[in-house]
Amino acid sequence: MASSTYIANIPRRSGVRVLYDRLRGGDEIAYLVTLACAVATLLIVALLVGELWINSQPTVKTFGWHFLTSSRWDPNSGNFGALPFIYGTCVTSFLALLIAIPLGVAASVFLAEMAPPKLSNILTFLIELLAAVPSVIYGLLGIFILVPLIRDYLVPVLTKLFGYLPIFSGDFYGVSFLSAGMVLAIMVVPFIVSVSREVLLAVPTDQREAALALGATKWETTWQIVIPNALTGIFGSIFLALARALGETMAVTMVIGNTPKITASLLSPGYSIAAVIANEFAEASGDLYVSSLMFLGLVLFGLTIIINAVARILILTTQKRGA
Amino acid sequence: MGNTISSRRRVINAVMLSLSGLCTLLVIGVLFFILGYLMFHGLKSLNLAFFTKLPKPAGETGGGMANAIVGSGKIILLATCIGVPIGFLAGVFLAEYSGKTFAFLIRYTVDLLNGVPSIVIGIFAYAMVVKPMKHFSALAGGVALGIMMIPIAVRTTEEFLRAVPNPLREGAMALGATKARTIFTIVIPAAISGLTSGMMLNLARVAGETAPLLFTALGNMFWSRGWSQPTATLPVMIYNYAISPDEDLHQQAWAAGFVLLTLVLVINVTARLVINRGPAAARR
Repeated sequence: MASSTYIANIPRRSGVRVLYDRLRGGDEIAYLVTLACAVATLLIVALLVGELWINSQPTVKTFGWHFLTSSRWDPNSGNFGALPFIYGTCVTSFLALLIAIPLGVAASVFLAEMAPPKLSNILTFLIELLAAVPSVIYGLLGIFILVPLIRDYLVPVLTKLFGYLPIFSGDFYGVSFLSAGMVLAIMVVPFIVSVSREVLLAVPTDQREAALALGATKWETTWQIVIPNALTGIFGSIFLALARALGETMAVTMVIGNTPKITASLLSPGYSIAAVIANEFAEASGDLYVSSLMFLGLVLFGLTIIINAVARILILTTQKRGA
Repeated sequence: MGNTISSRRRVINAVMLSLSGLCTLLVIGVLFFILGYLMFHGLKSLNLAFFTKLPKPAGETGGGMANAIVGSGKIILLATCIGVPIGFLAGVFLAEYSGKTFAFLIRYTVDLLNGVPSIVIGIFAYAMVVKPMKHFSALAGGVALGIMMIPIAVRTTEEFLRAVPNPLREGAMALGATKARTIFTIVIPAAISGLTSGMMLNLARVAGETAPLLFTALGNMFWSRGWSQPTATLPVMIYNYAISPDEDLHQQAWAAGFVLLTLVLVINVTARLVINRGPAAARR
């Protein structure tokens, strides 16, 4: 500290006085204020977890682990089970990934390996704009465009070809797991594309040149050399997308149908964790009801935290190896 | 021996490469489809009344969303006043002051907060603000969105401050400036264009958030005075109108969607262009 050189010249100053001078210098104040803000972020997260935990205690005490495995959700009789929502969240997210992974990885391969850098930058810019579109707008388009399209074109084909499979059986009303999964797919593709492209670009150029020199075609180089090299990072991008899909609320709420049922058919309406919180929280009456929704929030929080952590680790490993 | 690559391999190569190009086209196509469709439907339903009138009671046609536009503005302003200072100063701490272990802890927590689904943030704001106050309010909505702004504010601040070259700091220190003076008069001004753009992106992100507002700001068909009343916002209006069976309300939802998306995209494009041209980008 700069002030310590002066302390030798002016002896016998009290501790309070020293502190006052240092504070007046501004350095310590700036340090303390920024430190306080950094600590505040820690506190907010701690408080968030704490609030969710304390407020969900009535449910934990009443139902215990049974809450997570019971499929009965009946606020009128005071029965709360989370399984239909957990099921819906998992099914829609899985469906979204099923569509988004091939699309996103293929697009990122094109952007990283084939497109000229200038074109690639412009296209990536546009795709990243897709990630900035608010989710309520995806929901709006989902209700009025995607659902009619699915009903008129996709479902007739699916039931005709695969109607004997339980996942495509039953009547279709428009709102369904399938619709929610497809809206989610569109929403998470940008995340897969932009992260996968980064990790593909981080693969050293020598690797590509060596493969090409051995006579491999561009595709063979990409498929056998570049992608395996970047695979961990691509998985990272997929987990990132999964975390997004799990926590996505508005778009899913608008097209999933909001029916707490577990059915094998993707064509029937369902419910998800985020959707039930969005729909019922404001009107929930009674401690147990509110606390059950809070507990669902805690479950969702836990899920996304774990998936996000995995994603981050995977992406970091690849980027370190590439550098 | 001239033909070393068999035609089968060549065909596979061509097919796969075009397929990946096609996928890219499809993804980009979705963006233009969204823009085009919203533009078409939104502009058709947009009129002056949308910006100046209150919503009409159920059953009557016409009306606008003036209260929701003002409400959104109020809540975003409050969120910015909460989220940006905390996030910015915490970012300054990470970039300029902190040691390794503590910084890791903070960074990890910030990432964690960034990954929390927005609906969970809504529950938190409900428990912290709505429950003690016993009613829904603009304040609660602002707190929810403010918390959502913190993580990105921290990360952009840290990133852009780190991009400022060290000789700048050393030069200032050599002239006798204290560390705080160096940071606030030399380092931050050097990074200011990136910082403002980052904050604008942050703002654009929360401007479209709906889930955390559902049970914090709730909604309102009338003007709401002050900060302690339920307040209408554009995203929540879009949601409520879109799920209602009334055709006239659907038109209003399209108009609101158009306004919201235009706002978000304009901010995004400008901010990204500034960031891509800035000194931080040049150093990458």
